[in-house]
Parts: sequence; C-alpha cells; structure tokens
Amino acid sequence: MKLKLDNETYWLVGGVLALLVIATVIGQWLRRCVKSEGGQKAIANLNARTKAWWFMVAIFTLAMVTGGVGSVILFGLTSFLALREFITLTPTRLGDHRTLFWVFFLITPLQYYLVASNWYGLFVILIPVYAFLFVPLRSAVTGDCERFLERAAKIQWGLMICVYCVSHAPALLFLNIPDYEGENGKLLFYFVCIVQISDVLQYIWGKTLGRHKIAPNVSPNKTWEGFLGGVTSATLIGAGLWWATPFTPLQSGGMSLAITLMGFAGGLVMSAIKRDRGVKDYGTLIEGHGGVMDRIDSICFAAPVFYHLTRHYFTT
Amino acid sequence: MTTDLLVFLTKLISGANARWLACAPERRQRIYFANHTSHLDALVLWAVLPNEVRAVTRPVGARDYWNAGKLRRYIADQIFHAILIERKKPTVRDNPISQILAAMGQDKSIIIFPEGSRQTGDEPAPFKSGLYHLAEKCPEVELVPVLMDNLNRILPKGEVLAVPLIANVTFGAPMKLLPGESKGAFLERARAEVLRLRTA
Repeated sequence: MKLKLDNETYWLVGGVLALLVIATVIGQWLRRCVKSEGGQKAIANLNARTKAWWFMVAIFTLAMVTGGVGSVILFGLTSFLALREFITLTPTRLGDHRTLFWVFFLITPLQYYLVASNWYGLFVILIPVYAFLFVPLRSAVTGDCERFLERAAKIQWGLMICVYCVSHAPALLFLNIPDYEGENGKLLFYFVCIVQISDVLQYIWGKTLGRHKIAPNVSPNKTWEGFLGGVTSATLIGAGLWWATPFTPLQSGGMSLAITLMGFAGGLVMSAIKRDRGVKDYGTLIEGHGGVMDRIDSICFAAPVFYHLTRHYFTT
Repeated sequence: MTTDLLVFLTKLISGANARWLACAPERRQRIYFANHTSHLDALVLWAVLPNEVRAVTRPVGARDYWNAGKLRRYIADQIFHAILIERKKPTVRDNPISQILAAMGQDKSIIIFPEGSRQTGDEPAPFKSGLYHLAEKCPEVELVPVLMDNLNRILPKGEVLAVPLIANVTFGAPMKLLPGESKGAFLERARAEVLRLRTA
C-alpha cells in the first residue's frame, strides 16, 4: 500500500496546524482576560484540550505519512484502548475472563489484520458473525449462567463499537476509487477532520449560544443551537474541502452532513452509556478530553456509514 | 533500571490509576493495607507509589509463594525488597510480626494484605490479627487503607492469562489504633475503611 504525499495533503495538514496555532493563541489570550474562577476553569480545560490536540494531530499525521500500515496500527491501538475502557466500565464475571482474553488478543488484532490485508469479505463479518457466536460459546463453556445474556451482549457491543466500527476508518485507505489511486490518505484525513471539527464546532456553538437542551438526561452539554450550528458549519467546511476528496463540492457537503449527523449520534449514545454507569468520562488517558472513548465516540458511528457510502457510490 | 522498567510495564499493562482521597503520597513511615484478589496486587500498589515513596516501601509477602521459582525469588529480593514471612506455621523463632518490625526499623513503610490470601468473592475476608499487632507495636505509624479495584478482573485467582483492563487504586484516610480498642473491633473497623473506599 503506497500513499502519495501531494500538495493537497500538505494543504490539509497545514490547515489543521494553522487551526491549532489559532486555538493556542486564543487560549493563551483568554487565560489572561478571563478573571472569574469558573471561567478560569473552563479556559484551563480548553487549553488542556488544545494541547492534547497537538499530540493527537502529530501522532495521526505521522501514522499517515508511513503509508497504510502506520494508520492501521494506530487505529488498532486506539480500538484496543477504547475497548479496555469500555469493558472496565462494564461489569463482567469471572466466567468471562477467558472470553475477554481472546477478545483483546485475538479478535481485535485479527480485525485490523483483515483491514491491512484488504480482505473485505471477512472484514465485514468477522465480528458481527464469528465473534458474535464465539463470545457466548466461550463463556458458556465455563458454566457461569448468571446474567448470561447480559454479559454476552455487553462484550459483543464493546467489540462492535470499539473495534468493528472504528476499523472502518483505516479501511478507507484500501478502497479502490477511480482517478484517486494512492490518494486515500487524504480521504482518511478528511474524514477524521470533519468528525473532530464538527465535535469542536458543536462545543463552541453550544458554549456561546446554547440555550435549548436536546436530551438533558443524557448529555446536559448538547443543545439545539450547538447541534445546528456545528452541523451546518462543519458541512460547509466539508464542502469547501472537496478538492482533497474524490467528490464534487455538493457531494462533499452531503458526505460531511452524513458524517456530522452520525458523529452527533455517536456522542449521544456513548453519553447514555456513561450516564447509566454513573461516570463522566470513560477514562483519564487524554488530559482535558477524558478517555480515548470520549474522543472517538463520534468516529465509531460515523466511520462505517462514511465507508459504505463511499464504497457504494465511488468505487469500482 | 530493572525497577523503572517493571514500574513502567506494570502501569502500562494495568493502566493503574492512583487516587489519594484523604492523604498525600508522602515519605513518612506508613503501613499500607489493602484487599487482596490478585497476584498483581502487591506489584500494582507498589508501582503506583511515587518514586521517592516507593524507594522506602516494601511489600510483605508469603515465603511459600515468593520462594517458589527463580523469577519470583529474583523479583521479591532484587526488585521489591519484599519482606517474606511464614504464613502457614509461625513459631516463636519464625515470628512474622517481629520480622516485619525489624525490617521496618525507624523509617521504612510496608504494604500488607491482612486477609492472608487472595479472595474470589465480592467481599474481602475478615482481617487476620497481624495488622492489629503491628498497630499496637508502632503507635506512631500511620495505617493507610487502600482499595485495589478491578485487579480481580485483570488477573483473578486461578488464572494465568491477564486481561488488560484498567485498575484503580484508592488510598483512604490514615487511621490508628484507638485507646482501649479491642482487637476484633479494630480489625473490623480497618476492613470497613477499605470497603468504604468503593463508594468514595
């Protein structure tokens, strides 16, 4: 798998770096201006988030320039860490111990191996079919029947969300798009940018204009103003980035709309799980953001949809 | 060097996260006592201590376990500097309490698991009396309750394969033996202090 690093790639990376510089400057400026204690706290969190963004962008860009393999490994590790946070929060029993061992050390790496080897037929069914059958079987063998269906369902759900869904992002690198050979790196970059920019814009619109809550019981921070403002602006940005994709401006806007809507859905669903478990974040790994799962919740929902839309309409 | 590597690997694999709820990680002499569900307990508790605290803290372990096999003995002697005690047949000459007291001296801290062995149930077993005797012999030393959470899911008793979940280590409020407190009451209070950290 070989990826071309053309001028468009540099423009994409350069644009993100410019955004980060702007965010850093604004953050430092706000830190001096805001006096109230609550405001200071919010700004400190904002700056911690920006700092973490620098790291994440650096790692992601590095992975991308190594060609396909680096990105597959990066997303594989991300899945592994997210699944770890997810299962930690999800009560399982001693009878699931061996099942979990195989889930972490066989099924997860195997899924990413299938991405890297471009074996589409098995890639799309490994977890929905084979893991789905294996998980309850392995737990049944141990003979612990308490809350059996619940335990099997939780492990399967963790695999689907953290591993199966996320693995569709690096799988974008292996799509065969006419007149776009070797340029798929930009498609992955575009996808991750739109998902994350949409998150950031929804956060900004919500913090500044947010009044009407969408689902106060699930996520008190999600407002209609943030949602509409974020989705609209991220869609416009997506349309404006058409030159990096195989799409026309209109198609690119439509794709970005699908990505942002799915991303919003992901954030909402993963919040509902956190509320159910009584926690605010999935973990503490990324300062200011929470856990890995808190950062990639929108990718989980958006990646499979974007992958299949692109595959269905744009590949041969 | 080996110590740094082991600490790094332990933190990486267990994802261990230390929460100090009611006291700061200080160098003063302390007895850390915790619930016990996994072979990883001592390693993880020891690894999440800050470097300067870890340097003066020694885990107390069962001699029959840590002396079995070269690797275990190496870890216990060279890395942990573990205090190995006889848990099956303590005698006057082979008395765990006096060994621990001698090893603690004036300034060393220790890690102990007062249940005596690893448990598989949801609740910790009743504490054995060693903790009481230590509290009685060294009234100046702070007793810090520690809750080891999720270790029984990472490497439960009877399993050899670890699952990489995230461990939580919670340090509670230091306690001491109260004047006139009976052995039973003290041990029950100590156990309750560990359990209380589940909801803290």
